Amino acid sequence: MDITRRDLFTIGGKLLVLASVGATLEQIIGAAAPSDAYKMADHWWGMIIDIDKCIGCGNCVRACSKENGVPKGYFRTWVERYEIEEGKQPRVESPDGAMDGFPPSGRTDVKSFYVPKLCNHCADSPCVQVCPVGATFVSPDGVVLVDESYCLGCRYCVQACPYGCRYLHPDKDTVDKCSLCYHRITQGLTTACCENCPTGARQLVDFKNPQDPVHEFLRKNKVEVLKPYMATGAKVYYKDLDGAVR
Amino acid sequence: MRRLFQDAGHLVRPALVLLAGLGLFILLRGAVIPKDFGKYGHFRPGALDMIRQRPVSYAGQDTCVMCHDDQATVRKAGKHAHVACEACHGPQAKHAEDPAANVPKLPDTADLCRRCHEQDAAKPQWFPQVVTAEHSGGMACNSCHKPHNPHID
Repeated sequence: MDITRRDLFTIGGKLLVLASVGATLEQIIGAAAPSDAYKMADHWWGMIIDIDKCIGCGNCVRACSKENGVPKGYFRTWVERYEIEEGKQPRVESPDGAMDGFPPSGRTDVKSFYVPKLCNHCADSPCVQVCPVGATFVSPDGVVLVDESYCLGCRYCVQACPYGCRYLHPDKDTVDKCSLCYHRITQGLTTACCENCPTGARQLVDFKNPQDPVHEFLRKNKVEVLKPYMATGAKVYYKDLDGAVR
Repeated sequence: MRRLFQDAGHLVRPALVLLAGLGLFILLRGAVIPKDFGKYGHFRPGALDMIRQRPVSYAGQDTCVMCHDDQATVRKAGKHAHVACEACHGPQAKHAEDPAANVPKLPDTADLCRRCHEQDAAKPQWFPQVVTAEHSGGMACNSCHKPHNPHID
């Protein structure tokens, strides 16, 4: 029997196709079904933050840290104090992420306010786009999460995030970030930060829930996301956000 | 068969190596990548369950009120009506699970009240603020104000 180069490639090609078909079938058949009542397709999570209600107490920062075991010196959420003096660059400070609130600035001659920050859970997230291994992703219910067992610790996502919301966990050497308390919201609780905000400045919202007050909130108020020009599809909406906030 | 190896042996051998390599790659890939990878996007759906398994530290308002409805009633009448229990008392999920074994400590009002009510220009005008040093002269806040309903008649 004569085998030409052509035959060889044909045989090789057929084998390859067979093998890949087998692998694909195995993937389709082997996929497991979800087990509980929480339906990811019914939710699209986000947050609304009312600047005029934030008192800079740092309750959210402490609650987040305790709920999620955030290492000391790192923050999944933090609060900034802006002081804007006419004709000068804004002064922004966040002593220890506002873990213990803010010492009084003593300045009454400047425009000042607090801005709570956290992961914006972007729909078109730059951090997800740069992950080389599929370790960070937008879940079907709109939460940007990290798969610790897949993360290599390459920090591409830390650099890609325009909001500085990610860090490398010093003990695990994997990337860590706000999970929007995914373990809480999937069982009907609110996030730790929203639970503990004394003034209701931050509220967890579900855009797919027609009863959610977010729809009224977005209609009635002037809202803005951080760095809208980055087109990240951020889902943390700030009410009455000052133009100086970045 | 002999002619085959005479004429095309230089093609067959590398092809076999290539096929073996491909087979090995596919096998390894199948073994390493979870079956359901890519079900919802370019990630492992198992990660969602893994993240959800994290234990809850803050039990939440509704859980607290189940037992402590007396305190909730007092609080409801005052300005602290919308402040959640755990905002001051700290994470109490363990206490909710086994109240006898995990007795919460009362928070220290010196630190607690100041964080919210110390005067600062960045705080909104509607929010009640004091300069604690002038306001109480070092007295504990809860010697006059009862935290659940801080109003003094």
